[in-house]
Amino acid sequence: MAPEFGESGEVKSYKLKKRRKKQSKKDIKTRTVHSNLLYSCAKGDENPNRHYAHNNIKTTKYTLLSFLPKNLFEQFHRFANVYFVFIALLNFVPIVNAFQPELALAPVVFILSVTALKDLWEDYRRHRSDKEINHMDCLVYCRNERKFLEKYWKEIQVGDFIRLRCNEIIPADVLLLSSSDPDGLCHIETATLDGETNLKQRQVVRSFSELDCVFDPTQYKAVIECEKPNNDLNRFRGYMIQRSGRRDGLHKENLLLRGCTIRNTEEAVGIVIYAGHETKAMLNNNGPRYKRSKLERQMNVHVFWCVIILVVMCLFAAIGHGLWVWQYGEHRPLFDVPSPEGPALSPALSAVYLFLTMIIIFQVLIPISLYVSIEIVKICQVYFIHQDLDLYDEETDSHLQCRALNITEDLGQMQYIFSDKTGTLTENKMVFRRCTVMGEEYSHDANARRLATYQEADSEEEECTSKAGTLPRRDSVTSHQSVKVMHRSQSTKSHRRTGSRAEAKRASILSKHTAFSSPMEKDITPDPKLFDKVNECASQLYLMRSQGQPMNHLASELSDVIDFFIALTICNTVVVSSPNQPRHKVRVRLELKSPVKTIEDFIRRFTPSRLTGSNSSSSSSLVTNRSTHKTCSSLLSSPSAESTLMGLEEELGPAPRREAGPASPPGGDGELRYEAESPDEAALVYAARAYNCALVGRLPEQVTVELPHLGKLTFELLHTLGFDATRKRMSVVVRHPLTGEIVVYTKGADSAIMDLTRHGSTDENRGKHQRKILNKTQNYLNLYAADGLRTLCIAKRVLSKEEYACWLKSHLEAESAIQSREQLLFESALRLEKNLHLLGATGIEDRLQDGVPEAIAALRKAGLQVWVLTGDKQETAINIAYSCKLLDHEEEIITLNAETPEACAVLLDESIHYIQSKFVNNTLNPAAEDFEVDFTPFQIPSSSSVHRLGLVIDGRTLAYALDKRLEDKFLAVARSCRSVLCCRSTPLQKSMVVKLVRNKLKVMTLAIGDGANDVSMIQIADVGVGISGQEGMQAVMASDFAVPRFQYLEKLLLVHGHWCYSRLANMILYFFYKNAMFVAILFWFQFYCGFSGSAMMDQWYLIFFNLMFSSFPQLVTGILDRDVSSETLLALPELYRNGQDSEEYKPHMFWMNMIDAFYQSLVCFFIPYFAYADSDVDLFTWGTPVTTLALFTILMHLGIETKTWTWLNWASIVFSLALFFTVALCYNASCPTCYPPSNPYWTMQRLMGDPMFYLLCALTPVVALLPRYLHRVFQGTLFPTQVQQGRQLDELPSLKRSNILRQRSTTVDSPFGPRPSFHLFPEPFPMDYGYRATESHSRQLREASRDCNQPGNGSAAQGDGQDREREASTSRSDPPGESQEEDPFPIPKSHRASDANTLPYSEALRAAVDSESSFCEDGYRLDPIGDSESSFCEDGFRLDPIGDLNLLNWITSAALFNQPGSAVQAESLQSMLQTAEKEDGSPSPTSTRPHSDLEVVQNQQLVNPVSSEVKAAVPDCLQEGALETTLL
Amino acid sequence: MMASSYNAKEEDGQLSGAAGSGGVGAGKSKKPDNTAFKQQRLPAWQPILTAGTVLPAFFVIGLIFIPIGIGLFVTSNNIKEFEIDYTGIDPASPCYNCSQTLTWNSTKPCVCKIPFTLEQSFESDVFMYYGLSNFYQNHRRYVKSRDDSQLNGDASSLTSPSKECEPYRTSDNKPIAPCGAIANSLFNDTLTLYYINPNGTESLVPLQKKGIAWWTDKNVKFRNPGGNNFNLTAVFQGTSKPVNWQKPVYELDTDPENNGFINEDFIVWMRTAALPTFRKLYRLIEKKNNMIPTLQRGNYTLDITYTHFPIQCSDYPVRRFDGRKRMILSTISWMGGKNPFLGIAYITVGSVCFFLGVVLLIIHQKYGNRNNSAEIPN
Repeated sequence: MAPEFGESGEVKSYKLKKRRKKQSKKDIKTRTVHSNLLYSCAKGDENPNRHYAHNNIKTTKYTLLSFLPKNLFEQFHRFANVYFVFIALLNFVPIVNAFQPELALAPVVFILSVTALKDLWEDYRRHRSDKEINHMDCLVYCRNERKFLEKYWKEIQVGDFIRLRCNEIIPADVLLLSSSDPDGLCHIETATLDGETNLKQRQVVRSFSELDCVFDPTQYKAVIECEKPNNDLNRFRGYMIQRSGRRDGLHKENLLLRGCTIRNTEEAVGIVIYAGHETKAMLNNNGPRYKRSKLERQMNVHVFWCVIILVVMCLFAAIGHGLWVWQYGEHRPLFDVPSPEGPALSPALSAVYLFLTMIIIFQVLIPISLYVSIEIVKICQVYFIHQDLDLYDEETDSHLQCRALNITEDLGQMQYIFSDKTGTLTENKMVFRRCTVMGEEYSHDANARRLATYQEADSEEEECTSKAGTLPRRDSVTSHQSVKVMHRSQSTKSHRRTGSRAEAKRASILSKHTAFSSPMEKDITPDPKLFDKVNECASQLYLMRSQGQPMNHLASELSDVIDFFIALTICNTVVVSSPNQPRHKVRVRLELKSPVKTIEDFIRRFTPSRLTGSNSSSSSSLVTNRSTHKTCSSLLSSPSAESTLMGLEEELGPAPRREAGPASPPGGDGELRYEAESPDEAALVYAARAYNCALVGRLPEQVTVELPHLGKLTFELLHTLGFDATRKRMSVVVRHPLTGEIVVYTKGADSAIMDLTRHGSTDENRGKHQRKILNKTQNYLNLYAADGLRTLCIAKRVLSKEEYACWLKSHLEAESAIQSREQLLFESALRLEKNLHLLGATGIEDRLQDGVPEAIAALRKAGLQVWVLTGDKQETAINIAYSCKLLDHEEEIITLNAETPEACAVLLDESIHYIQSKFVNNTLNPAAEDFEVDFTPFQIPSSSSVHRLGLVIDGRTLAYALDKRLEDKFLAVARSCRSVLCCRSTPLQKSMVVKLVRNKLKVMTLAIGDGANDVSMIQIADVGVGISGQEGMQAVMASDFAVPRFQYLEKLLLVHGHWCYSRLANMILYFFYKNAMFVAILFWFQFYCGFSGSAMMDQWYLIFFNLMFSSFPQLVTGILDRDVSSETLLALPELYRNGQDSEEYKPHMFWMNMIDAFYQSLVCFFIPYFAYADSDVDLFTWGTPVTTLALFTILMHLGIETKTWTWLNWASIVFSLALFFTVALCYNASCPTCYPPSNPYWTMQRLMGDPMFYLLCALTPVVALLPRYLHRVFQGTLFPTQVQQGRQLDELPSLKRSNILRQRSTTVDSPFGPRPSFHLFPEPFPMDYGYRATESHSRQLREASRDCNQPGNGSAAQGDGQDREREASTSRSDPPGESQEEDPFPIPKSHRASDANTLPYSEALRAAVDSESSFCEDGYRLDPIGDSESSFCEDGFRLDPIGDLNLLNWITSAALFNQPGSAVQAESLQSMLQTAEKEDGSPSPTSTRPHSDLEVVQNQQLVNPVSSEVKAAVPDCLQEGALETTLL
Repeated sequence: MMASSYNAKEEDGQLSGAAGSGGVGAGKSKKPDNTAFKQQRLPAWQPILTAGTVLPAFFVIGLIFIPIGIGLFVTSNNIKEFEIDYTGIDPASPCYNCSQTLTWNSTKPCVCKIPFTLEQSFESDVFMYYGLSNFYQNHRRYVKSRDDSQLNGDASSLTSPSKECEPYRTSDNKPIAPCGAIANSLFNDTLTLYYINPNGTESLVPLQKKGIAWWTDKNVKFRNPGGNNFNLTAVFQGTSKPVNWQKPVYELDTDPENNGFINEDFIVWMRTAALPTFRKLYRLIEKKNNMIPTLQRGNYTLDITYTHFPIQCSDYPVRRFDGRKRMILSTISWMGGKNPFLGIAYITVGSVCFFLGVVLLIIHQKYGNRNNSAEIPN
């Protein structure tokens, strides 16, 4: 079952054919559920439900009896365990045994029992939680008592009737039969299942919803046929056969899933369909996944090598022993004890036996405790990652979750990041920005400004109010707009007082339990022009209605405007509710309730005679009823007032509500809450509401909309064709209450809608007009996309009765079909959605998450290739990519858009050639060389120029490129590009790309995403990261790590990844070393005992050495060691390369460690050997010092490798030694005869009184560790690695360190350093850097100051600016010191400069930088050059006009600017652009304002030079801009 | 700078954390604790291995090790040791016959006399060792071939020794006491030392046979069965002597304190040597008074009495495996016998460390200074 469903989940709609096959197979097996009440005994023989699983869940793996065998069986699946048991058992063979057999079992038993205990504990916890769940209460209908009685969950059986009350958790998968809701609805919250917090509607089974009386289970006689239990949460199909033989289809809307919570519904009754383990929730409950990390794979290779070494050593010893025996010939010496049976063994036979013995003795070479230790270390690493404050999101109160416990170190070795865009890079909080209706653009400037204000309010601590007041506004909207701003800023301020900004955010989220609606998204300032139009249109409609004219005679333009808003309002699945109280729907049942079910029904209901009459009455009655029950909202809508003038309501009604919006809703209840499945829907509904087209109610069969002048209109909702990824659109079929027409409103991606619009119209004029509108709209859509907005097209289609009847027939067939229903519905939808009439388009902004550009920049610097795979439009994707610094404005973009595979192949070939030529040119580029002269000490490898390309590829081309024949070429192109952007890609393609890169390039890949469409990609990558964000939990469920925000990836990878990797790598290497060293000592002894397999170490030491004496320190080091501090790691992302290149664990390191181990063992063996040579020392009195020396050496070796000594390290080492001596002393004193053959009585005690022992202990470790120590010292002094340099930085006092970091950042960010090599300290004079850096830097600065007409401030000044910038980006939360605070307005330079003379040193520098950077701010921020104001001031605009055009576009849209001055500059530029481009006949409304602002700015002499430059640059930009648009 | 910003952040975290627990979250926040341990900020010593930092260590090691080495070397050199090989490989050797003869009368022990001269007098207590070479007492099966319970006087083990003793566990269906290969191969040459007075007469050097074993062995590990029953003959009734032995275990010595399992020669032998070339303490020559050296310079004779080895029909059969037998006379110091190795090792290592220290100093001078200057920009 499982694989079948896994596949069906993955394939989704892409392989419908395949699916149909599966279904036909599956449908043979169906489940039939009868009511249990029909049978006397629930478990009776005749009860057909008896075979189904009961609701008692048992997630435990073991029972009391089965624990031991089952657990052992599972443990023996591990090869290592089998190996060690085998060795332990070998000890029971007398001829080969090396140790006391019982003792030899000890380590294995220890390891096995530790694991078993862990399993047992986990199982016990599962058992307890099972028990708790099984004993929850639930109301079950009892046959004898004839009422609902409390029962435990576990007693529920399939076929039982249960009654659920509000806020109860559903105990099993229940088919909803009755609800207290008059419409037969039941709301459930599925957060525990999929993490979606919005409420979902569930519907009573159709035939039962028609019952008027209270549902009586005893009357229930129907039989339910449905599919077998499966894990697809979004699918449930079946039918109910009534007594009458009538069949009712059952859908997922009828099913209440186990684990969900009933909300907003007082009571619901249902019949249990699936219980216990067969519920969908349980079937979806997969345990944690196990992946094997790269490090572990490498390690296993070396374990294998260890096996080979072991075999070689044993063979060597065996052959040696054979020869040794053989040399004595027939006469065996006294000490060669014959076998117990009598005759002496032949040399060959004794060699064979000895081989086995040696394996036992050398067994530690294969580290038994390594696997256990690794597990312990990883668990602790996971714990620490979990505990990191920086990875904790206060806003959502969520941690980073590690779902996969065993691949933490992979985080430190990533090379490619594949990221989703929406919800991952962006917040997935949609903000309505602009729209176009009937080819006319409404730019919503006021709205844009409002958003900009939010931005400021968010990013600045103070002066919100004052600024809100001073911001220029235009008249028509200012009145409540400014009020709102006041509200907002006040609320922000008040939050500030209580805590941090995040706290405030959380508070705001907590206070409003609405999904996807922060105040930012909720209140939208309408565009005055459009607002007027809507009003005009509505008033005309009102007039018409009052005059009894037919409604469809409205001017087409106006009707389209109102249709546009109606579509926005109703073409969605948004649920309306008012906060603080569940809905009480007591209204009369409407005559027209259910959707059209049959043709007869249709004919009956849609005869023209009835249309107008019944409709108007129904709508008006509805309005009455609705508003009565909405009394709480406003005083005005009392029943009496309701009938009065609509105009009054229009004037007053909405206004207070809107104003009440964000900050404090008066009374609270008036505010309607919209719960949407996707954030765009909510954004659109809120946008429509701003135009007074408010969605006030949604029921399954009707939608109520409040329109200006017209009041509440009820649209009869005939059908809803939901959104799917293939169609990329959704539609609703409604009957228009005013015109009586049947209208299809469609909303969807522009590509999907544009192709379906009606091209040829009968009327020539209209057709032309329509085409014109289409073209215009398309133009605007392109503009929107270029602004990084998500675009949606809105269209409608008016159906004639005949058309509708025709379609309805086929649709009903499709709906009732059980087999391949999805496919039929899909086809049916296609039949409906054609010949659309385009109404308009909307642009929604998906805001970038905090810190994404910084995180991407840091990850880039860390050498990670970031690819973005998105389903979005190319233009949108490109612009988001620019804004998150994924693409640089400097870099060239290769765009691959091909229609055919052949074209794709040609394109790829061309790109390869281009890249090659580019590469050759670039290396010879004299200009580049010129530039590099300035940076002589920091020469960047020329290969970096190759990475200055960006690749953009769309879904279709990607499909071709992923073809077997082209994939290599595609990879070749993609590899040489610095960033790759795949647009319009399907989930399957995403995973294919990841797979391709992973398999072909043999790199470590990380996929990060937040939605269900990223699941396949997350699963296929080496490390999958899910964002626990807006789009539910599917991605998180599939992921190995779940982070609350994208920016946390930076610390997760750069810090924790690095730490985990270096810790584990070092620990594993150390483990190999330790065991090899220990075993080698024994091996050397074989040369002196005739290869007889004798050991001078007591068997206790041999066995427990690894397990007890030497294990704790290495664990502590493995868990706690930090090679570089987290601050330095974050400041120097280059250090991450250490892990990417596997520098901590390379094969040669293993061998070096082995050689070192052999050397050390030689020392540890031969120093005591010579010291005791030809003395009367006995075997164990000699062996014990050797053991002690080995322990000392091993611990001191660890000491060399340990980078950070906390008290825990000291404690563990002291503990280890103490443990060894204590055990040794106790053991040696305990029993004189108990431990044959070693019999170590009083040995240790005697040794401790022997000065020789101490002399050895002092000498041997020194000699043994000298080479390694020296190696480390020389390497650290002469050829320090990056990490070591990082450590040296850590050691410096913080001030010095930040100085160096700051200076380094200026140089690494040089124009040649998108992928800079880390040259913190050029070899071999590490610290020489500082001097040269300063020198070159000051030169740079001199130029800068010359160009900017500004006196130089010294290099440190600029450095400080860098630092400030860095801090602003990295720490973000709280820049230290007051001088760090961003000033909302740039202070004139003269003022600051004079301050600078008097301020203390650092202050002065900062002040100077403030003034300097204030005018360079935007270039500075966005320019990838980052460091060099000089280049910006010099020729920032002229150098790369393409980039700056985009940049400016982006500025206006994203409004990320804190400083009005810069924003104004940008905006003015753009407005100039707009006028110059003359794309739009109407003058842009922005054009006046920025000029006035410019004047303000020009008062500040500082900005002058730049703004004049900006003006000069405009023409250039324009040309390039045109070029750019064509390119796009 | 980084640090200060970090601190600021930290404070902010604590502040908001406190606010969170006090106000909104009411302690329900999942926010991790801001402790040094959980945030991995435990105060730590972070040694960086560079020439500058490790310099002192090398000099210190050098300065400590060299004096120790010199002291050890001098001590070792002060130890007087005399060694004589009596294996008798050379036909000219007096013991050649004894070691060679396979047919000599079993009832009459073979005795050979080896004269030697001490060039120096031994002032303090002298330890007399016998040394064996190429004798693998550390062979795995050999080491195991004993029964400690039996040697500890356990009555049941006496009658039914451990299986480890096979094939030296029983003979003639009687348990062997002491069982096992180690006991079976007990060194059985008897060494006596005569001082040849200047006047030509021989005088027996008094050899003390008690006190050569570890105190714990003699008093704890090894016990005769039957407790304080000194009638060892009765005690060992029903056991058989090891096959290679001439006499049963209760006839090893006449002194009841040194007979049976607690015979010190036996105990010493049972402590298996670590390496194939070893010596074992045989006798003590105690210093009589302060005026006379323990062993004067002059001529001595070593008398070796070979005991018959029933199975091998030979002397203590070392020649079979290229073994060597030696007699060693040695004084000891606080650090044991004469062994210059440790002293030399200490001196060498100390010198090497000192030398490396100098090298590192040069490196540090050359490169380290630049480090320091560059650390302070401007």
